[in-house]
Amino acid sequence: MKLYPIRGGIHPEYRKELASEKAIVVLPMPHSLYIPLQQHIGAPAEVLVKEGDRVKKGQMIARSQGAVSAPQHASTSGTIKAITEVPAPHPSGLPQTTIIIEADGLDEWGELPPSIEDPFVTDPAELRARVAQSGIVGMGGAAFPAAVKLGLGAQKKLDTLLLNGAECEPYLTCDDRLMREYADEIIDGARIMARALGTPRIVIGIEENKPQAAEIMTRAAAAFPMIEVFTVPVQYPMGSERHLVQAITGLETPARKLTADLGIVVHNVATTRAVHHAVRFGRPLLARVVTVSGAAIRTPNNILTPIGARVTDLIDFCGGFVARPESIVNGGPMMGQPLSSLEAPVVKGTSGILALTAEEINDKPTSPCIRCGTCVTICPCGLSPLDMAAFIKKDKLDVSAKLGVMDCVSCGSCSWACPSHIPLVHYFNYAKGVLRDLDAETRKSDRIKSLAEVRTIRLEKAAEAKRAALAARKPAAQSATAEEKVSA
Amino acid sequence: MFVAIGSLTVMGVVLGGLLGAAARFLAVEENPLEEELKELLPGSQCGQCGFVGCSQYAAALAKGEADITLCAPGGKAVIEVLAKKLGVKADLSGHEEKGPEHAFIVEDLCIGCTRCIRECSTDAIMGANKLMHTIIVEACHGCAKCEKVCPTDAIAMVPVKVTLANWHWQKPEVEPVAHAH
Repeated sequence: MKLYPIRGGIHPEYRKELASEKAIVVLPMPHSLYIPLQQHIGAPAEVLVKEGDRVKKGQMIARSQGAVSAPQHASTSGTIKAITEVPAPHPSGLPQTTIIIEADGLDEWGELPPSIEDPFVTDPAELRARVAQSGIVGMGGAAFPAAVKLGLGAQKKLDTLLLNGAECEPYLTCDDRLMREYADEIIDGARIMARALGTPRIVIGIEENKPQAAEIMTRAAAAFPMIEVFTVPVQYPMGSERHLVQAITGLETPARKLTADLGIVVHNVATTRAVHHAVRFGRPLLARVVTVSGAAIRTPNNILTPIGARVTDLIDFCGGFVARPESIVNGGPMMGQPLSSLEAPVVKGTSGILALTAEEINDKPTSPCIRCGTCVTICPCGLSPLDMAAFIKKDKLDVSAKLGVMDCVSCGSCSWACPSHIPLVHYFNYAKGVLRDLDAETRKSDRIKSLAEVRTIRLEKAAEAKRAALAARKPAAQSATAEEKVSA
Repeated sequence: MFVAIGSLTVMGVVLGGLLGAAARFLAVEENPLEEELKELLPGSQCGQCGFVGCSQYAAALAKGEADITLCAPGGKAVIEVLAKKLGVKADLSGHEEKGPEHAFIVEDLCIGCTRCIRECSTDAIMGANKLMHTIIVEACHGCAKCEKVCPTDAIAMVPVKVTLANWHWQKPEVEPVAHAH
């Protein structure tokens, strides 16, 4: 088991012990569930129900539209109370269309698709269709539709399915708990996914700070020679898929390429378990494990939460706050985003909700850059954060793009390490947003250009046709008058 | 030595003559700068700059007869690239950056006269005679020509909505730390 070094990285205070020994508990079903139409990357789902409809648990209430999309299902039985705009679990707090279900408390299952008896002789396309129909998205946080990623096997030559159990973000323990408590389900899901992808090999990467999870997974995988479990060193951001691939295979994913170009597809362990449920029992993705932690939370916990429960339901379940939270974070403390409202729902990509006190966050005043070069040393992507930030500060975004700001994975290591407390990653997120906007604008103006050209051609053709028609009429009219003269 | 001088002189005269002839007979009529400037403009031929279309504006720019701040749909971005290309300083003081906009038809007021449809250079308006019209937002680039011809003021220019799909972080506001000494 040879491992390869990855570049840079940091060792923050992990504080996983707050929740790591808490077994997964089930959240009592809230009265209302808020299910947004867009919980994934791609096109939002299209509503299939209307106000007042009765729905059962597992019933599809919005279907996927477009090539990259995912459907939504009712997480419990009840009545559709409204389909309206609700603040999204997003730093902007902007509203998005959300289906509100009033739970009837019966939690009555609807009709589910039949279980696939032997997935290992089933056509991969059928497995992918089942994953797509079950609304499964990447549960590590990015929420990319899993079925689309499973379809990569048909386009590229793949040799390895890499299961990401690194969970390198501080505080988060949901994947750790899943691996300890449901190892067999994860392994089965992984074998099904390997079948769908057509990969002969499965590798599971787990950080060394989760020895129990690594041991249990190794034991569960022992029966299958195709599966190998790797323990990787504790080094943030080990859980970034590019870095995990590099640590295990030694291969660096080229900029603007996918790990699939190296023959490796990475999936999170929670996604794998969802695939197991979808294929073996026909159950769509209705709930996920969320770590609720931080020093401001009374009893941190790992909670199996129905999709659509609100953040406030989770915090109440954990006994509320013991201290004034300075910041509520959706996700981990490094890459997570601030939540603007506790009313926002838990979605498929929510891995953690953290209530952090003033001591836990860095809000020290920014001082000028001293060019110490720490950020350059620790940048896991080999970029030069201090230069990029300096150019962005001066609004020279084109220069920052040349320096590679689009290759930044926003891991936040530079901001964490900066002795001057410069919000480096904030600059990069801003620059990436503006550059993406500009890109979209260029694409739009290209389209506009071609629309205008098509119109000009059409108008010219119409004018031409008119002239031709006129010309055709003229001689006819002339000959007609000539005939009249003759007859006269 | 004389052979060397002689052969180099002959080569110089012949090649120089060839270049001179090429410059005369193969000359490009068009100003190459004009073509490059045209590429930088939106190309929607909206005519808001006061010229007939983008090519004419580009020609005027190349001759230095037009101001670089005239392109309405292009906005600040186009002004900046034009300034860079022409090596002039962009005077943005008189330019009010509105952010991207698109046209919007107030459907209660539309009488279906099709005047805006005839005006639209990107076919971004759907509708027919005596039938209500509507804007295809994806194809509208906010030139506002339709707004001007509408007899019932049914067209308004509205800013492109910020959604979850296009939202991004604002530039961090970093206040400089005051030093004690």
